[in-house]
Amino acid sequence: MGCVEKMNYEVLLRHCSFREAAEYIRQHTPECYEVPPGFKIFDVHIIGVPPILVGIEGEDIIFPFTKPCHGTFLLRVRGGEEIENLRTRGKKVR
Amino acid sequence: MADTSEGKQSRKTALVMLGCPQLCAQTSGALFLLNELATQGLDTMVAGTSSARAHLEVADPRGHYLAGNMDIDECIAAIAEGKQDYDVSFVFIHNDAGVSYTATLASISKGVTIALIFGENADELASGLEGIRCERRIIRGGHNPRPMKRILKEVVAWVASRK
Repeated sequence: MGCVEKMNYEVLLRHCSFREAAEYIRQHTPECYEVPPGFKIFDVHIIGVPPILVGIEGEDIIFPFTKPCHGTFLLRVRGGEEIENLRTRGKKVR
Repeated sequence: MADTSEGKQSRKTALVMLGCPQLCAQTSGALFLLNELATQGLDTMVAGTSSARAHLEVADPRGHYLAGNMDIDECIAAIAEGKQDYDVSFVFIHNDAGVSYTATLASISKGVTIALIFGENADELASGLEGIRCERRIIRGGHNPRPMKRILKEVVAWVASRK
């Protein structure tokens, strides 16, 4: 998990399917971007089935984090410079 | 991927990607696949979780089949960043995370991706890969390795026919 593990993150969903994580972002985040599989955010390459959604809420980024044995977790992390990176490189959905 | 610079045709490369080793057919299937790929002359890397790779290392202590192995997320990072790629990638899938890793690999790799979907939810998991650029093979069961062996022989023969 690298640097994300060291950050102060909140787990919004745990052990969910990738689709469930995407649906949560679609329904609950005021600002939302589509990114390609492997998109790098913080030091994590996002694993998932397109369309992969990443949300912004206030100063936080909400994104899916998938581990092979444990499924997908939906994390909320303070975005910092990654918010502008996401707005620049992602495809705006909302 | 295979280096064809200076007019030389180098050996083809393969990736075998392993998820959680919860279903035992994965380890025997992976070792069988590594042997088949070596027989076909492919240089193969294994990427997997720490536990999945430990299963192989314990079963193959002298490295007869397991030449190289690496962490699954480091493998994804290397391909996503253009540092490494493979001519053909085999992904063992028996859960939702496996579907996500396969879709990601199919998107970032320029090579062929073959999804080996096994376990009791194989049909449902396979449907999650509709529209993804990969070859899908559904394997019945997750404990008896014989159905997996049959499918692996078929897909390796298919890969060999594409040389």
